Amino acid sequence: MTPTALQLGLLVCEDCALLSRRPARPGQARCPRCGAPVHPRRPDSLARTWALLSAAIVLYFPANLLPIMETSSLFGSQSDTILSGIAFLWDSGSWSIAVVVFVASVLVPIAKMLALALLALSVQARWRWRPRERTRLYRMIELVGRWSMLDIYVVTVLVALVQVSALASIHAGPGTIAFGAVVVLTMFASMAFDPRLIWDTTESGRNG
Amino acid sequence: MTQSVSLIACPYCDLVQREVHPPERGSARCWRCESVLYSAQRDSAERTLAFTLAAAVLLLIANVFPILELEVQGQRHASTLLGAVRALWDQDVRSVAILVCATTMVFPAIEVACMIYMLAPLRAGRIAPGVPTLLRIVQAIRPWGMVEVFMLGVLVSLVKLAHLATIHAGTALWAFGALMMTFAAVAMSFDPRAVWSRIELVR
Repeated sequence: MTPTALQLGLLVCEDCALLSRRPARPGQARCPRCGAPVHPRRPDSLARTWALLSAAIVLYFPANLLPIMETSSLFGSQSDTILSGIAFLWDSGSWSIAVVVFVASVLVPIAKMLALALLALSVQARWRWRPRERTRLYRMIELVGRWSMLDIYVVTVLVALVQVSALASIHAGPGTIAFGAVVVLTMFASMAFDPRLIWDTTESGRNG
Repeated sequence: MTQSVSLIACPYCDLVQREVHPPERGSARCWRCESVLYSAQRDSAERTLAFTLAAAVLLLIANVFPILELEVQGQRHASTLLGAVRALWDQDVRSVAILVCATTMVFPAIEVACMIYMLAPLRAGRIAPGVPTLLRIVQAIRPWGMVEVFMLGVLVSLVKLAHLATIHAGTALWAFGALMMTFAAVAMSFDPRAVWSRIELVR
């Protein structure tokens, strides 16, 4: 027996965790304790997740192809994308930092978009496969997504310091706008996804 | 009120289960999906308030003093966080400037201010007006405060700049390091469940 709040006709407040009865009258139900709107499941969860995720995937290309930083000094000018910045770090001997930046700026965004797509697909296809592991995957996405902002902050600090010093001039490239948008969109996409949908399909399957 | 106090639903898999009291320093997990539901907290309000007050002071230092100083031909050039945001703004990548400003300055400041406003009266057993709304705001903006990511970003840029010039760590860098720890401590010691049940009691 695994009674869920949905099966018991209860609404869970996502803000304060209070369980309340579903009101008889139609209209938007609100949490009796904190006043937040409550839903049995996050509204249009799959549609919103897919919309935000596809926007992020589209923007991921300019984020990597356009320069995030344009440096010009007496010795000429150079423009860096995310990958060439990592290559520069690697070549100059800062291997550990190169790995950190690679994980935060390349591995995490790609893994996050793939994982979200997998989760949304698995719910849509009504898979009953390993719900516990899929829930854990969702919690990991929630946790690591923010670290992709790393490169944006690196550019911010470099631009500010090199600009005041007149050592060279560094400009933030258009890639930063696309990359920042990817990070924000994937964070919204993971917030739109409702992990309880993973378990809904396992139940409807069991009950016939 | 119609709800039962001792029942909770797992936010990750919706399973309704009885609320248990985890042992000290322990946490309660959902028995179906194994997600952590909540952790045991002792003196949560007092400890969170202490960490939050520390965070407020550190946040001020982190914003007023320079983060890094660059030394070129005997001259020192420094930049504060606000200066960095302004440089981005002047370069017409305004959306990025707003994003950086929001995630490193505005959201952490809102979180600290709301927490102090909620927790200081709570120690005396009182609930300040507007607390339910503020608590919801704090929970909504918490994922968007990225002080620890910014800290790592400063360290990476320090390595990159070390190839070009002599770099000195500014006062704000140390403040950001400490801020990273205090924010983690605030997140760990804060028990929103206790605040919610207190709100219910007062009503």
